[in-house]
Amino acid sequence: MNAIDLAARVRRGEVTASTALAESLSAIDARNDELNVFLHVDRDGAEARARAVDDAVAAGRDPGPLAGVPVALKDNLCTRGVPTTASSRILEGWRPPYTATVVERLVAAGAVPVGKTNLDEFAMGSSTETSAFGPTRNPLDPERVPGGSSGGSAASVAAGMASLALGSDTGGSIRQPAALCGIVGVKPTYGLVSRYGLIAFASSLDQIGPFARSVADAALCLEVIAGHDPRDTTSLPEPAPSLVSHLDDGVAGRRVGLVSELVEGADADVVAQVERAAAALEAAGARVVRLSIPELRLGLSAYYLIAPAEASSNLARYDGVRYGRRVAADELGAMNEATRTLGFGDEVKRRIMLGTYALSAGYYDAYYGQALKVRTRMIEAFRQAYEQVDLLLGATAPSVAFRFGEKTANPLAMYLSDVFTIPTNLAGEAAVSVPFGTGAAGLPIGVQLLGPGRSEARLLAAARVLEVAS
Amino acid sequence: MSGLSRDEVAHVAHLARLHLSEDELTTFTEQLGQVLAHAADLQSLDLTGVPPTAHPFDLRNVVRPDVVGESLDPAEVLAEAPDAEDGRFAVPRILGEDL
Repeated sequence: MNAIDLAARVRRGEVTASTALAESLSAIDARNDELNVFLHVDRDGAEARARAVDDAVAAGRDPGPLAGVPVALKDNLCTRGVPTTASSRILEGWRPPYTATVVERLVAAGAVPVGKTNLDEFAMGSSTETSAFGPTRNPLDPERVPGGSSGGSAASVAAGMASLALGSDTGGSIRQPAALCGIVGVKPTYGLVSRYGLIAFASSLDQIGPFARSVADAALCLEVIAGHDPRDTTSLPEPAPSLVSHLDDGVAGRRVGLVSELVEGADADVVAQVERAAAALEAAGARVVRLSIPELRLGLSAYYLIAPAEASSNLARYDGVRYGRRVAADELGAMNEATRTLGFGDEVKRRIMLGTYALSAGYYDAYYGQALKVRTRMIEAFRQAYEQVDLLLGATAPSVAFRFGEKTANPLAMYLSDVFTIPTNLAGEAAVSVPFGTGAAGLPIGVQLLGPGRSEARLLAAARVLEVAS
Repeated sequence: MSGLSRDEVAHVAHLARLHLSEDELTTFTEQLGQVLAHAADLQSLDLTGVPPTAHPFDLRNVVRPDVVGESLDPAEVLAEAPDAEDGRFAVPRILGEDL
């Protein structure tokens, strides 16, 4: 059942949160061994929360807009006393002493967190294949990846194990797995959602957002988690936007730019669905124009210098001293090195080294410095595009879900999975992936709607038009 | 071609406190070279006069009122540390230190 209907029924006392949770747990029990979606299922915690929601309803109190809704959490979100690994050996067994703001807000709205989902190690990857605890399988075709890095969260919603899930999106890690699993994923404007309690990957890019089976559910979830948080100094000093009330605004009179760089190189089945989406928006009253934004082609290169540079700094904290695992050695430096060498997987090592190199003396200007200037150019290019149109349209990912091992030998091929999603992160703007039609092997295709900062209401209304038309 | 050498990768690994085997050094040198070669498209751009963007929006000097708030429980934090002693994180000997 979708989240909005479930919460409405729980609030009216027609169904209990405990019943909804039992259904969620039974879906997890049925397929988690096969799909490896959850790294940790917090049965006791979830049952206690569900009972608290039911007690509130019985006592005539309103548990909130997400009353009794089972939610899944990407395992890079800290949950006090509940294991949080970021899918890395280096944090295996760690129980955080505090809870992420987004999780507190979900719980305050009546939601029931059921567990922690698998991801690419420290969110570095596009398939969950870099997880230290094995890949997640796509519920629609277990021979294929669910996308990544938030692959477990996307799979949990697609498999009916949770009604909603949270992920994080640094270069596409919500939108790409949403597309590959046939659900809705939102990358909110940078700063809209607090990151207090999110394990940092690349701090100028990371943003938390929702996965849902409907646009309306995604809008409701985003309303609940958004809004200023004094514990995150990068959080926008403003309240959460009103999104659900704008869902039926439609696209009449909207100008939509179909961007050639956001379909360039995509498979023919993906391009066909983007074209069909453009036609659907036109049929709903939008005016679609074709645009070229050549600066978007520079996004991938800039991203794979900026994100690793920030990661190399953020991941310096994993030194075996304060949390997580320690590999013993008789001297501090040797302990640090042994801990990091055995604690990190290959992709994390690659990115740490790439970032260290891009920031090192003699290369800083040529790599990191140049990438930061490209970022300025990209922001300016988007700004100019939004003088002509209200929204941009393109593909979310270049292909439908791919098979395991297809891209693991060649890191650059894997990085290209994010080529259409990265520019939004570099610009700090908002984008939504919405399922629209199917392609090869009957697998779902996601189309991407992009807008300037704080355009979530407009984007979700347009996504709703596509949801109805698909 | 980025010209990234095996020695440079070894040096960067050392800076990042990572130990690489000879085989890993070979693989990583090749893979990192490919990524840097892709990034070479940035180097040919003339970006003279373009200011760098390190952060998507211009927030500066974010401060909060200086009031005592809730803090983490030290015992709960130290319980999750690999080693602790007398209310502090404990580490092995630091190089050259006389005990």
